[in-house]
Amino acid sequence: MNMRAVASIYHAEMARTGRTLMQSVLAPVISTSLYFVVFGAAIGSRIEEIDGVGYGAFIVPGLVMMMILMQSVSNGSIGIYFPKFNGTVYEILSAPISAFEIVIGYVGAAATKSLILGALVLATAAFFVPLEVQHPLAMLAFLVLTSLTFSLFGFIIGIWADNFEQLSVVPMLIVTPLTFLGGSFYSISVLPPFWQTVTLFNPVVYLISGFRWSFYGVSDVDVGISLLAVLGFFLLCLIIVWWMFRTGYRLKT
Amino acid sequence: MSSIISIKGLSKTYAGGFEALKSVDLDIGEGEIFALLGPNGAGKTTLIGVVCGLVTPTAGTVTVDGHDIIRDFRATRSRIGLVPQEMSIDMFTTVWSSVSFSRGLFGKPPDPAYIEQVLRDLSLWDKKDEQIRTLSGGMKRRVMIAKALAHEPEILFLDEPTAGVDVELRQSMWQVIGRLREHGVTIILTTHYIEEAEQMADRVGVISRGEIVVVEETGTLMNKMGRKQLILYLSEPLAALPAELGVNGLELSAGGTELHFDYDTHADRTGITTLLANLNRAGLSVRDLETRQSSLEEIFVDLVGSQS
Repeated sequence: MNMRAVASIYHAEMARTGRTLMQSVLAPVISTSLYFVVFGAAIGSRIEEIDGVGYGAFIVPGLVMMMILMQSVSNGSIGIYFPKFNGTVYEILSAPISAFEIVIGYVGAAATKSLILGALVLATAAFFVPLEVQHPLAMLAFLVLTSLTFSLFGFIIGIWADNFEQLSVVPMLIVTPLTFLGGSFYSISVLPPFWQTVTLFNPVVYLISGFRWSFYGVSDVDVGISLLAVLGFFLLCLIIVWWMFRTGYRLKT
Repeated sequence: MSSIISIKGLSKTYAGGFEALKSVDLDIGEGEIFALLGPNGAGKTTLIGVVCGLVTPTAGTVTVDGHDIIRDFRATRSRIGLVPQEMSIDMFTTVWSSVSFSRGLFGKPPDPAYIEQVLRDLSLWDKKDEQIRTLSGGMKRRVMIAKALAHEPEILFLDEPTAGVDVELRQSMWQVIGRLREHGVTIILTTHYIEEAEQMADRVGVISRGEIVVVEETGTLMNKMGRKQLILYLSEPLAALPAELGVNGLELSAGGTELHFDYDTHADRTGITTLLANLNRAGLSVRDLETRQSSLEEIFVDLVGSQS
């Protein structure tokens, strides 16, 4: 195991975030805070409680998850797409480092950034709404697993993408809609029965439901199923990445 | 000379069906400077790419210091430094962190003293804290060399190191390459400046259309493939070649004022004595004379030309 190489990639990626602090940390925290102000404080006070939780507090887990999902996908994809785009990927590919080590370096850094942002958003939320965390360990598990899984998913997009349009098309057209329709802002029990069934095909529903359970002990779907769903998606991403490196897909000629 | 890189039956066919390498066999000796020459698209970069792990070969084997490049990729890649042809570098990091990153990537523990030495050798020391995007093109190219040297490689691949580089930088690059060779580093380079290969390389390999056409010591190649030419400057111009000169390979040039005579220095008889005697007999007087040896470039053009 070339741990020095893993550490080099990890540190270089974290340093990149450090150089773009405004864009990579401040901007997402501010935009998420706006949701709290608008939906939590301004509109939220006129919406009745959901499952015994005030609306402002109800949306917090969903917003944190939304932030983690989008940031993980974007950090994970740009981390590997950028070296591909500017050609510096030659150095990674010619180094004595395995595919697995490359993934740990890039995905580990992307997931770390997401976790930091998630923590910041949670801290910000605590200013606006009363928060309680009933199952802190489960909360942590969901946070870590989701960050890793979606950073890995982003990494796959980064390898697959041949241009900037492709790089943004999956986050914009798939991840964002799935997140908004995944129960960030509502309980899926408010939907008509048909749409409740359709919603169950959205993987994000399981993430948000499980994560919300770790806060308030209420969930749309069973928390065990939530955890299994995240784990399943994580394994699927791992298999795809393994295949990509094995075949050199869009990395080697 | 023991070989440090051994390439056997190496072929590469790209997805589109283009055959970039056709069963290439090549051995690179330890500590030598090997120049790989060939026209654009001949397969030079593909060949380097395979050895360094950027290109997956279709067939054949490559060993580096006895290790297979695919099975033992850690052993082979940790010995190799690569300076690619394209300017591929993260513009937003500093010189120091970029070179240190390369060292770490190759699994070496930090060694600031060594990095300092590399940067000083390449005249980059006073730029170490600058962002790479602020450097000139030549300086950026030096940073790429510094990155390739950061992990103390035993083998250095330089793909067109001097393309688009000014004279001063080219000379300082050759000094660095000379010093590396003194330290026992094996150097494989491709270049379009054939003069450089002629001056620097121990051996030359010519590749054309994915095949190695010739591999020879530079001096031997020059002797074997090179032609010599005798140029005689005549006092009076001639309208036609007089028949009584009686030697082959003679040509009238420069409006009848020059006689060009191609000869083979290795032949038993070059024909020079006969030519001079016959000139005298024909009553022609010679104002001046010179001999010219064909350059590596001319040999190269001949070799590649005969391929197509």
